[in-house]
Amino acid sequence: MKISWILKVTFATFLIVISSGRHFAQAGTVTVITSFPKELTQIYKTEFEKANPDIKIEILNKNTIQGISYVRELPAGQRPEVFWASAPDAFEVLSGLKLLEPVGELVNKSAPAKVGAYPINSPNNLYLGQALAGYGLMINTRYIAANKITSPKQWADLTKPEYFSHVAMSSPSRSGTTHLTVETLLQGEGWEKGWGQLLQIAGNCAAITERSFGVPDGVNSGQYGIGLVIDFFGLAGKYSGFPVDFVYPDVTAIVPANIALVSGSKNSAEAKKFISFTISQKGQELLYDPKISRLPILPPEAMGGKTPAGYPNPFEIAKRVKVQFNSDLSEARYNVVQVMFDQTITFRLKELQAATKAIHTAEAALAKKPNANAAELVKQARSAAFSPVVNAQKITDKELLALFAADKKDAAISKRVTEQENNWNNTALQNYDRAKKLAEQALASIK
Amino acid sequence: MLLKQIKVMQPKSIWTNERPGVWLAGVIVFVFLLLFFVLPILRVFITAFLDNDNNPTFVHFIAFFSQNLMRESFMNSLYVALMSTLFATLIAVPLAYFTVRFNFRGALLIQTLGVLPLIMPPFVGAVALQLIFGRSGTFNMLMKDAFGFTLPIMDGLNGVIFVESIHYFPFILMNLTVALRNIDSTMEEAAINLGCKGWRLFCRVIFPLGLPGYVAGASLVFVKVFDDLATPLIMGQTNMLAPQAYLRITKIGLEDPMGYVISVLMIVFSIFAMIISIRALKGTDFSTLQKGGTSIHRRELSFMESILAYIWIGFILFITLSPHFGLLLLSFAKVWSFSPLPDAYTLEHYSRVFRDSSGMIYNTLLYCGLAAGLDVLLGVTIAYLILRTQLPARQWLDWISTASLAVPGIVLAIGYLRTFRGITFPGTDVLLTSTWIAIMLAYAIRRLPYALHSCMATLRQIHTSLEEAAESAGANKIRTIKRIVVPLMTGGILAGFVTSFITASVELSATIMLISADSQAPMSYGIYLYMQNIAGRGPGAALGVLAVLVVAFGTYFSYRVIEKKESRLDLKRNF
Repeated sequence: MKISWILKVTFATFLIVISSGRHFAQAGTVTVITSFPKELTQIYKTEFEKANPDIKIEILNKNTIQGISYVRELPAGQRPEVFWASAPDAFEVLSGLKLLEPVGELVNKSAPAKVGAYPINSPNNLYLGQALAGYGLMINTRYIAANKITSPKQWADLTKPEYFSHVAMSSPSRSGTTHLTVETLLQGEGWEKGWGQLLQIAGNCAAITERSFGVPDGVNSGQYGIGLVIDFFGLAGKYSGFPVDFVYPDVTAIVPANIALVSGSKNSAEAKKFISFTISQKGQELLYDPKISRLPILPPEAMGGKTPAGYPNPFEIAKRVKVQFNSDLSEARYNVVQVMFDQTITFRLKELQAATKAIHTAEAALAKKPNANAAELVKQARSAAFSPVVNAQKITDKELLALFAADKKDAAISKRVTEQENNWNNTALQNYDRAKKLAEQALASIK
Repeated sequence: MLLKQIKVMQPKSIWTNERPGVWLAGVIVFVFLLLFFVLPILRVFITAFLDNDNNPTFVHFIAFFSQNLMRESFMNSLYVALMSTLFATLIAVPLAYFTVRFNFRGALLIQTLGVLPLIMPPFVGAVALQLIFGRSGTFNMLMKDAFGFTLPIMDGLNGVIFVESIHYFPFILMNLTVALRNIDSTMEEAAINLGCKGWRLFCRVIFPLGLPGYVAGASLVFVKVFDDLATPLIMGQTNMLAPQAYLRITKIGLEDPMGYVISVLMIVFSIFAMIISIRALKGTDFSTLQKGGTSIHRRELSFMESILAYIWIGFILFITLSPHFGLLLLSFAKVWSFSPLPDAYTLEHYSRVFRDSSGMIYNTLLYCGLAAGLDVLLGVTIAYLILRTQLPARQWLDWISTASLAVPGIVLAIGYLRTFRGITFPGTDVLLTSTWIAIMLAYAIRRLPYALHSCMATLRQIHTSLEEAAESAGANKIRTIKRIVVPLMTGGILAGFVTSFITASVELSATIMLISADSQAPMSYGIYLYMQNIAGRGPGAALGVLAVLVVAFGTYFSYRVIEKKESRLDLKRNF
């Protein structure tokens, strides 16, 4: 009898498993929650266990968001020991929830305090920089050769018509590093000009990916020609034999990937040893492995001459950056920038693309056959499509900033935030439609 | 309708006072659902109904309806779900009809292959389809070389419909196959004798009799597509309900009640859709008295007809299996980037996967086997309680189970962590949620609707007079269920088991959240881990191919069991 057979097997297996008990974490085990790929974590696990045979490292891979929820939902005493991920905002959330323990005594003294204007370790030592990473452009060389487009060097290049539908990026609400890049651009170019550039780049995007990994993955496979990615994705793709290249533009954010000790974990003494190891010179050298390809927090002179020739020096790149990154400013408008980006770009990408395309077409026609009336219409179209829904004056409005930083569970706040979101979304929709119509009028008046 | 039954025959009176056994079964099932589904998700969803002082409020719901974007998202989700159901029907109905009711060489192979699309971890399917049909995929690169233009198959909402239809049509195929098998072939013969044939025979007799199976499958496709998250997200379609909910729930930082509002509304709508599908079947009896006479009554196709049928089926299978071709190629590819085919081939990915992940195969089989077993037990019980008893509020069991389709995996997982916080196994300090049992239970809950729907559809086709006959011959209730009802339901039970098993084997969102040690990882998680690496697509695809093979073998094996059983029944009948 099939059904009783299934029943018996179900119960038998259940009983066997319950009675035998499974393999439980023994003393001296350090559980590490990480969003980093296995290739990276495996190397650290092997090297650390070799040096500390009595400590076992258990790697638990979760994406950053699920990692945070996982730590938050576990009771004290049952939590994993170490949290190791890129996005600085994730660590801010964890420290806000009082889930991190200060580890100031572990700081590697040979590392500088800052890279560019960005502190390597968090000011309260709740999380420490473990490696550095910069944002830049990842380019599929086959793709751009086949589509006969030139290789871009700067963010501003991506606003050109030739890159239409060849670019991909993630959203600041999905990826902490994308948020930093967007914020760097806004601070470097100024609010309105920065948004103008951002909207033009987004108009050229084929996709705003939900996962930040979707961008390098898509460039690697040739789905997109150019992607805005974090450096090690580009470098690792290149070293793994894919036809991709990576360039740092002049305006870039160099930021640390972080490691932290979770409070309420079992084996914090052993965990501290692991954290120390990852930021020691020995641990930093592992970053040079081609499969990892990340930048150490120690300057090259402190690496004992182990730096491979031609390896990027983050401290030099950070010096080139003209922007003095203001993290207080970034913090103050953090939520507003994210919501604006999603409401006017991520959720309205189709309309933004259509407007961008119409403007490019009109401009191409205009270049061949100048026409004052059409030029004026195109200018209006550009202004409609590529102006932010919040102007430079409004963004300094304390009330607006406070509204988006407030608890959305509050009924009144929730209502006003939703209204504001709806307002931005509708405004963007109308702007893009108007821009498209203006550009089409311009094109018609040229012919 | 052809078979409107005369209700006078139904001896209603003996059902009114239910026995204690029925009550017990109902209570056990209800408590299970309450403990492992309703309470955990309520713990999470309560946010949608509370303001910051924890006072009940509907303001978040009002906020939802005031946003244009949300209305647009709702319409988009509805449109995609309806169109996907339509296309899935067009794919599945011919496959099921030809392979079941005609003497068709390779029928078993076609039915097995037809199930394969379900065995695709969410993002792997989209990755593989992008490689074949995407903007730089094989198809479009060849098109561009030959004709100078490309087709945007994978773009926009239509791209989502394309992917969803070829991913979920097996739900209809499996349920309809079972339903068509169960039709009393004397019905068909009677119709043929009366001069009804071809299209008319199909539309007027065969399809209406198979309707419970079709509706069970089609409503699943509709609800599943309506609630599906992975496909629209990977294809960059954010303006649908599930992605909108997910993007808000998983945003780092402030908790946003709106995400949970959307989830609650999706659950309500899914249940509503299910009720409509049940209403559509109400008042009609689909049961026939004789069972499973398939092998002697399969009809023959003429030469031309069979050629056309093979061409059509070949075309459908070619399209629906293209993700698997893509996956297979990827698993052997050294570097595959912006070219119709990979640059060079290697076996290295497979050797790496075999080195790393033999435990994952065992874990997948263990968790999914147990979860599907549990689902079938629950499914049979619930189906019986609903269709054969008058237990009060029995319909709720169906609605609750169905609601799990609309619950994002991450919400269920967070609910588990919250509800069972600090609860350990007796006598140990091991948390319930840190063992694989939590993962298995999450699978069982999330995949219960599939098993339940198959069981309900089959039980609907079984005539109660068969049970009454057994009882009047002196068998008690338990014995009747054991010897009559369950054996007659075998086809549906196995179809349910297979669907739950297959879909559980590719579950990811709850898995990532609940996993607490590397040694617990099933294959779906392993594929995810590989695919997170820039050079990990190869090994990820290799593991994906292994997963497909393991699950496909399981499916084929189950069908063999059905076929064997049926031929044995035929033998008995012939004696």
